[in-house]
Amino acid sequence: MKAFLDMGGYAAYVWPSYAVTLAVMALNIVWARRLLKRSRKEALHKIAIGGKEAIGRTEETRRAETIGGAEQ
Amino acid sequence: MAWTWFHRLASPPHVYRVAGRLTPWLAWPAAVLIVAGLIGGLVLAPPDYQQGEGYRILYVHAPSAWMSLLVYTTMAVAAGVGLIWRMKVAHAVAASCAPIGASFTVAALVTGSLWGAPMWGTYWQWDPRLTSELILLFLYLGYMGLRSAFDDLQRADRVSAVLAIVGVVNVPIIHYSVVWWNSLHQAPSLMRLGKPDMPASMFVPLLMMLAGFTLFFGALLLVRVRGEVLSRERAATWIREALRP
Repeated sequence: MKAFLDMGGYAAYVWPSYAVTLAVMALNIVWARRLLKRSRKEALHKIAIGGKEAIGRTEETRRAETIGGAEQ
Repeated sequence: MAWTWFHRLASPPHVYRVAGRLTPWLAWPAAVLIVAGLIGGLVLAPPDYQQGEGYRILYVHAPSAWMSLLVYTTMAVAAGVGLIWRMKVAHAVAASCAPIGASFTVAALVTGSLWGAPMWGTYWQWDPRLTSELILLFLYLGYMGLRSAFDDLQRADRVSAVLAIVGVVNVPIIHYSVVWWNSLHQAPSLMRLGKPDMPASMFVPLLMMLAGFTLFFGALLLVRVRGEVLSRERAATWIREALRP
Protein backbone atom coordinates (compact mmCIF):
# COMPACT_ATOMS: atom_id res chain seq x y z
CA MET A 1 0.00 0.00 0.00
CA LYS A 2 2.79 2.38 0.91
CA ALA A 3 4.55 1.56 -2.35
CA PHE A 4 1.32 2.26 -4.23
CA LEU A 5 0.88 5.64 -2.55
CA ASP A 6 4.53 6.46 -3.18
CA MET A 7 4.10 5.92 -6.96
CA GLY A 8 7.77 5.11 -7.39
CA GLY A 9 8.76 8.54 -6.11
CA TYR A 10 6.33 10.39 -8.41
CA ALA A 11 3.58 10.75 -5.79
CA ALA A 12 3.91 14.56 -5.74
CA TYR A 13 3.00 14.66 -9.46
CA VAL A 14 0.68 11.68 -9.94
CA TRP A 15 -1.77 12.29 -7.08
CA PRO A 16 -2.31 16.01 -7.68
CA SER A 17 -2.99 15.20 -11.36
CA TYR A 18 -5.71 12.75 -10.38
CA ALA A 19 -7.07 15.16 -7.76
CA VAL A 20 -7.33 18.03 -10.25
CA THR A 21 -9.03 15.90 -12.90
CA LEU A 22 -11.53 14.36 -10.48
CA ALA A 23 -12.23 17.82 -9.03
CA VAL A 24 -12.97 19.14 -12.53
CA MET A 25 -15.35 16.24 -13.10
CA ALA A 26 -17.12 16.79 -9.78
CA LEU A 27 -17.42 20.53 -10.43
CA ASN A 28 -18.93 19.86 -13.84
CA ILE A 29 -21.60 17.66 -12.28
CA VAL A 30 -22.41 20.36 -9.71
CA TRP A 31 -22.47 23.16 -12.33
CA ALA A 32 -24.67 21.25 -14.78
CA ARG A 33 -27.20 20.30 -12.12
CA ARG A 34 -27.24 23.81 -10.71
CA LEU A 35 -27.89 25.26 -14.18
CA LEU A 36 -30.84 22.94 -14.78
CA LYS A 37 -32.26 23.58 -11.32
CA ARG A 38 -31.98 27.35 -11.71
CA SER A 39 -33.56 27.29 -15.18
CA ARG A 40 -36.46 25.21 -13.87
CA LYS A 41 -37.02 27.61 -11.00
CA GLU A 42 -36.87 30.65 -13.27
CA ALA A 43 -39.21 29.07 -15.81
CA LEU A 44 -41.75 28.24 -13.11
CA HIS A 45 -41.46 31.76 -11.75
CA LYS A 46 -42.04 33.28 -15.20
CA ILE A 47 -45.06 31.11 -15.73
CA ALA A 48 -46.42 32.08 -12.32
CA ILE A 49 -46.10 35.86 -12.79
CA GLY A 50 -46.58 36.67 -16.46
CA GLY A 51 -47.31 33.25 -17.79
CA LYS A 52 -51.07 33.44 -17.98
CA GLU A 53 -50.95 36.18 -20.54
CA ALA A 54 -48.03 34.71 -22.45
CA ILE A 55 -49.38 31.18 -22.45
CA GLY A 56 -52.83 32.41 -23.43
CA ARG A 57 -51.26 34.17 -26.37
CA THR A 58 -49.31 31.18 -27.57
CA GLU A 59 -52.38 28.98 -27.34
CA GLU A 60 -54.41 31.50 -29.24
CA THR A 61 -51.76 31.78 -31.93
CA ARG A 62 -51.59 28.05 -32.22
CA ARG A 63 -55.34 27.75 -32.51
CA ALA A 64 -55.37 30.45 -35.16
CA GLU A 65 -52.67 28.60 -37.05
CA THR A 66 -54.53 25.31 -36.88
CA ILE A 67 -57.70 26.94 -38.12
CA GLY A 68 -55.79 28.69 -40.89
CA GLY A 69 -54.15 25.41 -41.85
CA ALA A 70 -57.48 23.60 -41.93
CA GLU A 71 -58.98 26.16 -44.25
CA GLN A 72 -56.26 25.83 -46.84
CA MET B 1 -38.51 11.65 -45.65
CA ALA B 2 -36.01 10.58 -43.05
CA TRP B 3 -35.42 14.24 -42.26
CA THR B 4 -38.02 14.19 -39.50
CA TRP B 5 -35.37 13.35 -36.92
CA PHE B 6 -33.61 16.59 -37.83
CA HIS B 7 -36.78 18.60 -37.42
CA ARG B 8 -37.56 16.91 -34.13
CA LEU B 9 -34.06 17.79 -32.94
CA ALA B 10 -35.03 21.41 -33.48
CA SER B 11 -38.09 21.09 -31.28
CA PRO B 12 -37.33 22.22 -27.71
CA PRO B 13 -40.01 20.11 -25.94
CA HIS B 14 -38.79 17.01 -27.76
CA VAL B 15 -35.16 17.76 -26.90
CA TYR B 16 -36.00 18.51 -23.27
CA ARG B 17 -37.86 15.23 -22.87
CA VAL B 18 -35.45 12.99 -24.78
CA ALA B 19 -32.37 14.53 -23.14
CA GLY B 20 -33.86 13.87 -19.72
CA ARG B 21 -34.57 10.26 -20.56
CA LEU B 22 -31.16 9.71 -22.17
CA THR B 23 -28.99 11.17 -19.39
CA PRO B 24 -28.75 8.08 -17.11
CA TRP B 25 -27.97 5.88 -20.11
CA LEU B 26 -24.81 7.90 -20.67
CA ALA B 27 -23.97 8.78 -17.06
CA TRP B 28 -23.94 5.26 -15.62
CA PRO B 29 -21.80 3.62 -18.32
CA ALA B 30 -19.48 6.65 -18.00
CA ALA B 31 -19.15 6.07 -14.25
CA VAL B 32 -18.46 2.35 -14.71
CA LEU B 33 -15.88 2.92 -17.46
CA ILE B 34 -14.07 5.65 -15.51
CA VAL B 35 -13.89 3.60 -12.29
CA ALA B 36 -12.64 0.57 -14.26
CA GLY B 37 -10.18 2.74 -16.15
CA LEU B 38 -8.86 4.28 -12.92
CA ILE B 39 -8.29 0.84 -11.38
CA GLY B 40 -6.71 -0.40 -14.60
CA GLY B 41 -4.51 2.65 -14.97
CA LEU B 42 -3.43 3.08 -11.37
CA VAL B 43 -3.18 -0.55 -10.23
CA LEU B 44 -3.25 -3.13 -13.02
CA ALA B 45 -1.17 -1.49 -15.74
CA PRO B 46 2.57 -2.21 -15.48
CA PRO B 47 5.02 0.65 -14.85
CA ASP B 48 6.64 2.22 -17.90
CA TYR B 49 10.18 1.09 -18.69
CA GLN B 50 11.39 4.70 -18.93
CA GLN B 51 9.06 6.77 -16.76
CA GLY B 52 8.30 4.18 -14.07
CA GLU B 53 5.09 4.95 -12.17
CA GLY B 54 5.15 8.58 -13.24
CA TYR B 55 3.58 7.82 -16.62
CA ARG B 56 0.26 7.00 -14.88
CA ILE B 57 -0.61 10.68 -15.24
CA LEU B 58 -1.41 9.62 -18.81
CA TYR B 59 -4.74 8.14 -17.66
CA VAL B 60 -6.10 11.52 -16.60
CA HIS B 61 -4.05 13.77 -18.90
CA ALA B 62 -4.90 12.17 -22.25
CA PRO B 63 -8.68 11.94 -21.59
CA SER B 64 -8.73 15.58 -20.39
CA ALA B 65 -6.86 16.72 -23.50
CA TRP B 66 -9.16 14.60 -25.68
CA MET B 67 -12.15 16.29 -24.02
CA SER B 68 -10.73 19.75 -24.63
CA LEU B 69 -10.66 19.05 -28.39
CA LEU B 70 -13.85 16.98 -28.66
CA VAL B 71 -15.90 19.56 -26.77
CA TYR B 72 -14.53 22.42 -28.86
CA THR B 73 -15.30 20.61 -32.10
CA THR B 74 -18.82 19.82 -30.88
CA MET B 75 -19.26 23.46 -29.90
CA ALA B 76 -18.11 24.74 -33.30
CA VAL B 77 -20.31 22.28 -35.23
CA ALA B 78 -23.34 23.15 -33.08
CA ALA B 79 -22.63 26.87 -33.50
CA GLY B 80 -22.43 26.37 -37.28
CA VAL B 81 -25.73 24.48 -37.38
CA GLY B 82 -27.27 27.21 -35.25
CA LEU B 83 -26.03 29.94 -37.57
CA ILE B 84 -26.99 28.23 -40.82
CA TRP B 85 -30.39 26.80 -39.90
CA ARG B 86 -31.18 29.35 -37.18
CA MET B 87 -31.80 26.49 -34.81
CA LYS B 88 -32.19 27.58 -31.20
CA VAL B 89 -31.44 24.13 -29.82
CA ALA B 90 -28.10 24.06 -31.67
CA HIS B 91 -27.12 27.37 -30.08
CA ALA B 92 -28.14 25.91 -26.71
CA VAL B 93 -25.79 22.98 -27.36
CA ALA B 94 -22.91 25.31 -28.29
CA ALA B 95 -23.44 27.45 -25.19
CA SER B 96 -23.53 24.32 -23.03
CA CYS B 97 -20.20 23.08 -24.34
CA ALA B 98 -18.05 26.05 -23.36
CA PRO B 99 -17.76 25.67 -19.57
CA ILE B 100 -17.25 21.91 -19.89
CA GLY B 101 -14.51 22.35 -22.47
CA ALA B 102 -12.81 25.17 -20.61
CA SER B 103 -12.62 23.19 -17.37
CA PHE B 104 -11.18 20.11 -19.06
CA THR B 105 -8.66 22.27 -20.90
CA VAL B 106 -7.52 23.51 -17.49
CA ALA B 107 -7.27 19.89 -16.35
CA ALA B 108 -5.23 18.98 -19.44
CA LEU B 109 -2.86 21.91 -18.90
CA VAL B 110 -2.40 21.29 -15.16
CA THR B 111 -1.90 17.53 -15.48
CA GLY B 112 0.44 18.08 -18.42
CA SER B 113 2.43 20.52 -16.38
CA LEU B 114 2.59 18.07 -13.47
CA TRP B 115 3.81 15.42 -15.90
CA GLY B 116 6.32 17.72 -17.52
CA ALA B 117 7.94 18.74 -14.24
CA PRO B 118 9.60 15.38 -13.42
CA MET B 119 10.03 14.19 -17.04
CA TRP B 120 11.15 17.35 -18.85
CA GLY B 121 12.41 19.23 -15.84
CA THR B 122 9.97 22.10 -16.33
CA TYR B 123 6.33 22.86 -15.57
CA TRP B 124 5.94 25.05 -18.61
CA GLN B 125 7.62 25.63 -21.92
CA TRP B 126 6.44 27.80 -24.84
CA ASP B 127 6.26 24.73 -26.96
CA PRO B 128 3.83 24.41 -29.96
CA ARG B 129 1.62 21.80 -28.28
CA LEU B 130 1.46 23.58 -24.94
CA THR B 131 0.99 27.02 -26.46
CA SER B 132 -1.80 25.93 -28.84
CA GLU B 133 -3.58 24.21 -25.94
CA LEU B 134 -3.33 27.40 -23.91
CA ILE B 135 -4.82 29.31 -26.86
CA LEU B 136 -7.70 26.81 -26.79
CA LEU B 137 -8.38 27.79 -23.19
CA PHE B 138 -8.43 31.46 -24.20
CA LEU B 139 -10.85 30.64 -27.04
CA TYR B 140 -13.23 29.00 -24.57
CA LEU B 141 -12.91 31.90 -22.14
CA GLY B 142 -13.33 34.42 -24.96
CA TYR B 143 -16.44 32.60 -26.15
CA MET B 144 -17.97 32.67 -22.67
CA GLY B 145 -17.00 36.29 -22.12
CA LEU B 146 -18.45 37.32 -25.45
CA ARG B 147 -21.74 35.56 -24.70
CA SER B 148 -22.11 37.23 -21.35
CA ALA B 149 -21.44 40.66 -22.92
CA PHE B 150 -24.84 40.58 -24.70
CA ASP B 151 -28.19 40.96 -22.99
CA ASP B 152 -29.95 39.81 -26.12
CA LEU B 153 -29.60 36.04 -26.21
CA GLN B 154 -30.07 35.78 -29.96
CA ARG B 155 -27.28 38.23 -30.65
CA ALA B 156 -25.07 36.48 -28.11
CA ASP B 157 -25.77 33.19 -29.92
CA ARG B 158 -24.90 34.56 -33.33
CA VAL B 159 -21.80 36.56 -32.44
CA SER B 160 -20.30 33.86 -30.22
CA ALA B 161 -21.01 31.26 -32.91
CA VAL B 162 -18.73 33.13 -35.30
CA LEU B 163 -15.91 33.08 -32.74
CA ALA B 164 -16.45 29.35 -32.10
CA ILE B 165 -16.29 28.58 -35.82
CA VAL B 166 -13.21 30.72 -36.50
CA GLY B 167 -11.42 29.22 -33.49
CA VAL B 168 -11.88 25.67 -34.73
CA VAL B 169 -8.75 26.06 -36.90
CA ASN B 170 -6.84 25.67 -33.66
CA VAL B 171 -8.07 22.08 -33.18
CA PRO B 172 -6.02 20.45 -35.99
CA ILE B 173 -3.11 22.73 -35.06
CA ILE B 174 -3.12 21.27 -31.54
CA HIS B 175 -3.46 17.73 -32.80
CA TYR B 176 -0.68 17.93 -35.39
CA SER B 177 1.58 20.30 -33.46
CA VAL B 178 3.74 17.40 -32.28
CA VAL B 179 4.13 16.20 -35.85
CA TRP B 180 4.63 19.51 -37.65
CA TRP B 181 7.05 21.12 -35.22
CA ASN B 182 9.80 19.98 -32.98
CA SER B 183 7.95 19.57 -29.73
CA LEU B 184 8.91 18.49 -26.25
CA HIS B 185 5.60 16.70 -26.16
CA GLN B 186 5.63 13.08 -27.23
CA ALA B 187 3.86 12.00 -30.43
CA PRO B 188 0.42 10.40 -30.13
CA SER B 189 0.66 6.82 -28.93
CA LEU B 190 -2.98 5.86 -29.41
CA MET B 191 -4.66 8.28 -31.82
CA ARG B 192 -2.61 7.28 -34.82
CA LEU B 193 -2.66 4.91 -37.74
CA GLY B 194 -1.65 1.35 -37.05
CA LYS B 195 -1.23 -0.35 -33.72
CA PRO B 196 -0.82 1.62 -30.48
CA ASP B 197 2.75 1.44 -29.23
CA MET B 198 1.95 0.09 -25.80
CA PRO B 199 0.83 -3.29 -24.44
CA ALA B 200 -2.88 -4.06 -23.99
CA SER B 201 -2.60 -3.85 -20.19
CA MET B 202 -1.63 -0.20 -20.65
CA PHE B 203 -3.90 0.91 -23.47
CA VAL B 204 -7.13 -0.86 -22.47
CA PRO B 205 -7.47 1.31 -19.32
CA LEU B 206 -6.67 4.35 -21.46
CA LEU B 207 -9.41 3.40 -23.95
CA MET B 208 -11.82 2.96 -21.03
CA MET B 209 -10.96 6.41 -19.70
CA LEU B 210 -11.35 7.99 -23.15
CA ALA B 211 -14.72 6.29 -23.69
CA GLY B 212 -15.81 7.09 -20.13
CA PHE B 213 -14.92 10.76 -20.46
CA THR B 214 -16.72 10.96 -23.81
CA LEU B 215 -19.91 9.50 -22.32
CA PHE B 216 -19.51 11.79 -19.31
CA PHE B 217 -19.39 14.75 -21.69
CA GLY B 218 -22.57 13.47 -23.33
CA ALA B 219 -24.36 13.26 -19.99
CA LEU B 220 -23.19 16.72 -18.89
CA LEU B 221 -24.22 18.17 -22.23
CA LEU B 222 -27.72 16.68 -21.97
CA VAL B 223 -28.26 18.16 -18.49
CA ARG B 224 -26.93 21.56 -19.55
CA VAL B 225 -28.90 21.63 -22.80
CA ARG B 226 -32.12 21.00 -20.86
CA GLY B 227 -31.33 24.00 -18.69
CA GLU B 228 -30.42 26.18 -21.68
CA VAL B 229 -33.54 25.15 -23.59
CA LEU B 230 -35.73 25.98 -20.60
CA SER B 231 -34.21 29.41 -20.16
CA ARG B 232 -34.79 30.19 -23.85
CA GLU B 233 -38.43 29.10 -23.95
CA ARG B 234 -39.82 30.64 -20.83
CA ALA B 235 -43.34 31.39 -21.90
CA ALA B 236 -44.00 28.26 -23.90
CA THR B 237 -46.92 26.07 -22.93
CA TRP B 238 -44.91 22.89 -23.02
CA ILE B 239 -42.80 24.07 -20.09
CA ARG B 240 -45.83 23.97 -17.83
CA GLU B 241 -46.48 20.41 -18.89
CA ALA B 242 -42.82 19.38 -18.67
CA LEU B 243 -42.35 20.87 -15.21
CA ARG B 244 -45.57 19.57 -13.75
CA PRO B 245 -44.58 17.62 -10.64
